[in-house]
Amino acid sequence: MSASPVHLDAATAAPLHPVARQALLAALDDGWADPGKLYGAGRRARQLLDAAREAAAATLGVRADELSFTPSGTAAAHTAVLGGLAGRRRVGGTLVHSAIEHSAVLHAAEQHVAHGGTAVPVPVDRLGRLDRGAWSAAVGAPGVAFAALIGASHEVGTVQPVAEAAAACAAARVPLYVDAAQLVGRSPVPPGWSVLTASARKWGGPPGVGLLVVRKGTRWVSPWPADEREFGRTPGVVNLPTVVAAAASLRAAAADAVAEAARLAPLVDRIRARVTAEVPDVEVVGDPVDRLPHLVTFSCLYVDGEALLHALDRRGFAVSSGSACTSSTLRPSHVLEAMGVLSHGNVRVSLHRETTSEQVERFLDELPGIVAGLRAEAGVVGL
Amino acid sequence: MPGPDPVGGPDPVEVLDCRGMRCPLPVIRLARRLPELPVGAVLRVLADDPAAAVDIPAWCRMRGQEFVAATGEGPGYDVRRLH
Repeated sequence: MSASPVHLDAATAAPLHPVARQALLAALDDGWADPGKLYGAGRRARQLLDAAREAAAATLGVRADELSFTPSGTAAAHTAVLGGLAGRRRVGGTLVHSAIEHSAVLHAAEQHVAHGGTAVPVPVDRLGRLDRGAWSAAVGAPGVAFAALIGASHEVGTVQPVAEAAAACAAARVPLYVDAAQLVGRSPVPPGWSVLTASARKWGGPPGVGLLVVRKGTRWVSPWPADEREFGRTPGVVNLPTVVAAAASLRAAAADAVAEAARLAPLVDRIRARVTAEVPDVEVVGDPVDRLPHLVTFSCLYVDGEALLHALDRRGFAVSSGSACTSSTLRPSHVLEAMGVLSHGNVRVSLHRETTSEQVERFLDELPGIVAGLRAEAGVVGL
Repeated sequence: MPGPDPVGGPDPVEVLDCRGMRCPLPVIRLARRLPELPVGAVLRVLADDPAAAVDIPAWCRMRGQEFVAATGEGPGYDVRRLH
């Protein structure tokens, strides 16, 4: 019999926070009505929505009317990018973004380009750190409407110089959008941004809730057909019970964030050290110092990424991979590609509030044998 | 052993056709073949898997071999044995 499953893919979705579950169940009774309607049930729904917005805004340190709930983190990212470009159409048609943005941001950029716009990617170094000089030059060029920078890489954990990038944007009078999906609920977001997005399932909220924050004074126009809900930024009625659960769990996660980071960072250090020492021919990627507390990525030479994920899954470990063979497009992760690091045999491990040191040790105990087994099967031992 | 040839137009002594193979097979073929060639020799790997463009230079860095250049046709990747 195998041991109980170990979820090590919090960067995709963390298990539901108990506070989220409790809030979700409670809100199902009162949160079914349309918050825009002028009868009792509608007013109760409105109160729940207002309270959720106030709580989420207070946690992020923004005004409640700057924050909208979206149907997902992806929807929030699309809306942020396209709205930022639409709001500054008269200034120009160029979007500047890092080469390691989330695919949701890159897909919005692709649509912008398909419609005649321009997108300028800014490179990163081998550790996944933004090229600051290239960023400043790119945002300072004429015709830049909007700039997008991921707060910290969801694939390799490298924290980006948001404050410095924001200063360059401010000097060029270009609004900055920060994709804070891996920061919100875990780490503080540096100031200086104009637009921010996050995704509830990353902090233990339910799937299907995103946050979009647009600071007052930002020239931003919704790219969608008109709809009065959520301050006109994102169309459609919100899924109120999940929004309530997202806001409640965000407050809980943020309250525990410092302690959780202090608990998880040494576990990531442990993974970095033991993987390097005990798995031959492995490359641990990402910045070893300026990194997320809960995420680590490594690539195993000569190992098929998909085979590795399946082998780990059979032993009860759920992880993610940036290897080409694990993607629907069969292309390697654009993040690993931009960094110039080994893309096959890639594993991303990301921890959450339920992760224990025993689970991490068991993973580390089993990993070298699993990798060795796959290498033996492929006949690549000793290469 | 003598060091690598100085910079010049590297003529591959051999072409390894890995077209149609997926990651990590082209890198495995490269790792098998290169040590069988003399030090200083250049091996050209043809590989149409997009991951090869990332993984062949990364392998060279990890193994201390020289990634000479990518060539458009194939696409090909020239690697020089340094040790």
